[in-house]
Amino acid sequence: MSEISRRKLITTGIAVAAGATGLAVAGKLAARHGLIPPDSGGIYGPGETLTYAAQRLLTKHSMAREFSSNEISRNPFANEVAPLGDEFSRLQGAGFVDWKLTVDGMAARPTTFSLAEVRSFPTSSHTTMIGCEEGWTYIAEWTGVPLSHILERVGSLPQVRYVVYRSIQPDWWESIDMADALHPQTVIAHRMNGAELPVSFGGPLRLRVPRQLGYKSVKYITRLTLTHSLKSFGKGLGSASPEGGYAWYAGI
Amino acid sequence: MNASVPIADAVSRPSATSVEPVAVGQKRHAALVRVTHWLTTLAFLALLLSGGEIVFSHPRFYWGETGNVNMHPWLNLHVPSSRDTVPTGYGYVLPDQNGWSRYLHFQAAWLAVATGLLYVLWGIFNGHFRKNLVPAPGDMTSKRLGASIREHLRFKRPGPGEAWSYNVLQRLSYLLVVFLLFPLMIWTGLAMSFGFDSAFPLAVRLLGGHQTARSLHFLVTILLVLFLLVHVVMIVVAGFRARMRAMITGRATPPTE
Repeated sequence: MSEISRRKLITTGIAVAAGATGLAVAGKLAARHGLIPPDSGGIYGPGETLTYAAQRLLTKHSMAREFSSNEISRNPFANEVAPLGDEFSRLQGAGFVDWKLTVDGMAARPTTFSLAEVRSFPTSSHTTMIGCEEGWTYIAEWTGVPLSHILERVGSLPQVRYVVYRSIQPDWWESIDMADALHPQTVIAHRMNGAELPVSFGGPLRLRVPRQLGYKSVKYITRLTLTHSLKSFGKGLGSASPEGGYAWYAGI
Repeated sequence: MNASVPIADAVSRPSATSVEPVAVGQKRHAALVRVTHWLTTLAFLALLLSGGEIVFSHPRFYWGETGNVNMHPWLNLHVPSSRDTVPTGYGYVLPDQNGWSRYLHFQAAWLAVATGLLYVLWGIFNGHFRKNLVPAPGDMTSKRLGASIREHLRFKRPGPGEAWSYNVLQRLSYLLVVFLLFPLMIWTGLAMSFGFDSAFPLAVRLLGGHQTARSLHFLVTILLVLFLLVHVVMIVVAGFRARMRAMITGRATPPTE
């Protein structure tokens, strides 16, 4: 065996051993710091975990880009929604006075708020871009109650790691981690571009998560559940998206 | 002939100089070049397939920050769409494949970036770029460049020396792909990520907006596909079996074969 191939063998051996050890340590560290997404199983798990972990390390406190009022899209696109059902029509017919937002799960004071109460809470406005995973975008000013305010109001417990949110559309439910749930730009929006949030854009209440794609900004929000684990929700993949083949984390 | 002859001896000659006779089975491509070449091939084909599929969900392209079906695109591909919200003129809607396409796209992107980083760092430290890809000064004259272009346009089968070294156009196109097109793909791809943009807003501002990033991502894809086509055609012209053997086993065949 020549000098060079022996040296090669040794360096390759060291590199492989270091790589394997590095991966094992990285996996443990990632799990401890909540960097493993709920849909990390399966053949796309490695890529999904790398994306979520890398973005969470970079974006813990980063702010979605905000735009000036003259950049607001004159032609926003509402996207289509599945038929909203009789219950929605009844509530809409009554001007949504009976719309409720229930907050339950790991809260000291689980509460059901009326729409009027939600509208009376302090608001925050952000002119941000919403983008669909299909590739299209528009810019709008979203006004609503910061989700962090709601969590504070119901006494969110320290163990809470995710907020699960549901739409009046039974098949629509999503969840976000605390980095997004407590983020100052994450709001339960009830106004858009200075007017009441139109039904086609998610009115009366839409959870707006501007650092992720539009499918995480679920329309017609009726219920928030605070939890330390996503395992018991649906198939345990985090939300309806992975059950339909889409990634749970949509920051990319 | 000892197989452990340092590979630099075999591949470092600038293409402008004459090539001395080399023995059968001498090393042509380093193992790292071969492994990263095929990993990049795998990642690129996965990215192309999944990226192409995603385009069908909105086959329109815009400049600036915003773009949607209510706005005027600079490019409308006039293909069927996988969404009924996009008016295409076709009477049918393709099935939605974006779920796995997006999963596959980002997983393949990680593979491409990791492989590319390994290749570039190795190439810098071991002198691969300097020795094998930066054209020899003598090759960069208009006369020699012109001659090389004419040879390529005539699909002239390369001389024996090119089994051991890249010609000047080859060097320039590889450098362009490695140091301009792939970095541009990564940049424009990341600029479409809302999470990434929140941490690095300049990445998208410098490009001119989210939709401009998406348009550039598409345009650079076309350049990379053109490169791939020319790359494969040139390999066929130069001798498909010999070139494939060199990139798989690392050994070139004797020029006279």
